[in-house]
Amino acid sequence: MSILVNKDSKIIVQGITGSEGQFHAGQMLEYGTQVVAGVTPGKGGQQTLDNRVPVFNSVEEAVEQTGADTSIIFVPPPFAAEAVIEASYAGIKVVVCITEGVPVHDMVKVKKVVDQNGTRLIGPNCPGIITVDECKLGIMPGFICKKGNIGVISKSGTLTYEAIAQLVNVGLGQTTAIGIGGDPIIGTTMKDCIELFEADPDTKGIVVIGEIGGQMEIEAARWAKDNVSKPMVGFIAGQTAPPGRRMGHAGAIVSGGDDTAEAKMRILGECGIAVAESVADIGNLMKAAMEK
Amino acid sequence: MKIHEYQAKKIFANFGMPVQDGYVFENIEETEPTIRRVQKDFNTEDVVVKAQIHAGGRGKGGGVKYSPNFDIAIQNAKNILGMNLVTHQTGEKGQLVRKVYVTEAFDIAEEYYAAITLDRGKSMDVFMISSEGGVEIEKVAAETPEKIVKVWIDPLLGMKSFQARKLAYGLNLSGDAFKAAMKIFMQMYHAYQSIDATIVEVNPLILTTDGRIVVLDAKVNLDDNALFRHKDISDMRDFDEEDPMEVEARKFSLNYIKLDGNVGCMVNGAGLAMATMDIIKLAGGEPANFLDVGGSASAETVKNGFRIILSDENVKAVLINIFGGIVRCDRVANGVVQAVKELGLKVPVVVRLEGTNSREAQDILAKSGVDIIPAIGMKDAAEKVVNAALGN
Repeated sequence: MSILVNKDSKIIVQGITGSEGQFHAGQMLEYGTQVVAGVTPGKGGQQTLDNRVPVFNSVEEAVEQTGADTSIIFVPPPFAAEAVIEASYAGIKVVVCITEGVPVHDMVKVKKVVDQNGTRLIGPNCPGIITVDECKLGIMPGFICKKGNIGVISKSGTLTYEAIAQLVNVGLGQTTAIGIGGDPIIGTTMKDCIELFEADPDTKGIVVIGEIGGQMEIEAARWAKDNVSKPMVGFIAGQTAPPGRRMGHAGAIVSGGDDTAEAKMRILGECGIAVAESVADIGNLMKAAMEK
Repeated sequence: MKIHEYQAKKIFANFGMPVQDGYVFENIEETEPTIRRVQKDFNTEDVVVKAQIHAGGRGKGGGVKYSPNFDIAIQNAKNILGMNLVTHQTGEKGQLVRKVYVTEAFDIAEEYYAAITLDRGKSMDVFMISSEGGVEIEKVAAETPEKIVKVWIDPLLGMKSFQARKLAYGLNLSGDAFKAAMKIFMQMYHAYQSIDATIVEVNPLILTTDGRIVVLDAKVNLDDNALFRHKDISDMRDFDEEDPMEVEARKFSLNYIKLDGNVGCMVNGAGLAMATMDIIKLAGGEPANFLDVGGSASAETVKNGFRIILSDENVKAVLINIFGGIVRCDRVANGVVQAVKELGLKVPVVVRLEGTNSREAQDILAKSGVDIIPAIGMKDAAEKVVNAALGN
């Protein structure tokens, strides 16, 4: 088992003929992911990636022809919101939006639409999801992962890789790793992911990696306190971030209240999550928690 | 992106909102003619002289002065232009006042607060008003939260009249003032939507003694990610208000924020970059900057990153921390070697490369002959760079 995606997920790549889309669709195929179609308006009828993947003009057509249920988006920021909405109305169940730089006003509308349609959106501005040895729906390096029983949830791409590498170093593999994205509005929250991992029998422990800005980590921790039976380790990036400055991610900004790293670490700890003060301790803490 | 009060008011006026207006000047010679023009065009003897910087709390810091007549206005304007304005938002070092806004003055009966911003928790925009204006909203929220009224706006429907009514009732208004406030709230929402703002704030919104509702101060922040569809507003950017190195970094698509420490760092990915700053601090050092070189750390980005980090004279050592995913570490290593050779670095450089082709990368660094301190893992890297910065 795993969450959200597995070896049976049938995937379409929106923006497959762009340079990012081409490269990552190729990487995903190499990992063994079922990429069944690509979508680029105006390029329908072509074949791409050495004739392995057909291109369609619309998501609707791609779904009809291939039975795809999952999509990944590599289109530029001005068009990304519409790409998500198109996928949602075409009946896609899980949509990953990799695109960084989607306007926040667009995302407020997108969020409403995907919620109404029951579409599971991951991102935007995220590395995607990987279910180890089954499906790589994203831009993460697949080879760093090892199959195992830890679920990883993170707002940051490279910190996800860092956590995975540390877990592997201490002998812990992963079920699924999800980068949920660092924007102010994202489709799937930390709490949503924890809920999915708690329900997954193969996942035995959960790592959550948050950062400054917003209340998502706190909401997740409070929920986990009453609802999660599995050991959890948490880390919050941005202990040294100055207030009022956006630290790379559009959502990573201390703007008052409980959105500092200090406050979040305290609350995570109060909710029974083992908090790594140093990023270098994530792996060891998870190992210790699993051995308890 | 931030803009000045006078620019925010220009935008508001374009959406039909009644604003306290005036003219801006930057040179001392323009002081007298500007004040005279405001007095003449707005048919007023008294004016308000307002410092224009990208920070709040200007009034408390002495950057906003009511001036009952021409002579006092001159004096106030000359004091404010060129002053180093310190407010709770500028920090101790303050901000140089380069622009002064001279406006008409109003007789104030009541001061209110109005703002629209994103409620991240609800994923909706929230419009909030308070009958307590002219003071910090955080203070009102903490002490008298009952004075704040909020409405959440359905993004697919936009703001509705009943919501604007609820806000106007929240200010205890009636008659023409009630209607005027309602109209202003609708216009304000329209402005917020149309320009892709992340916040629009009016503090205070005033009721004048003759019953008019007027925008007395205005704050607008824009979504950087949406500037591509607002050329006119991007042109409002005031580079004088930003750190010159941050402006320079942006030209190379590098995400750089200057801090006060002495350990420079260059990292791929925003989260890892923050975590790197944090672990430097835990190791006993102080980070000199945040720098995210993004997903593709080429030789060119590494070089530009070095140049920007080293333009900060406080930097005593540099840590490069790259987790190669799609980026191959051997390429990054080549970039580091090339950059070090070309720039002839005078401070120690610690390099930690993990992920794709990290072994090959370590070989490249070892054989390069350039003086680089290799590190394994983040803890090791942080300890080494902090030691190097201390001169050990």
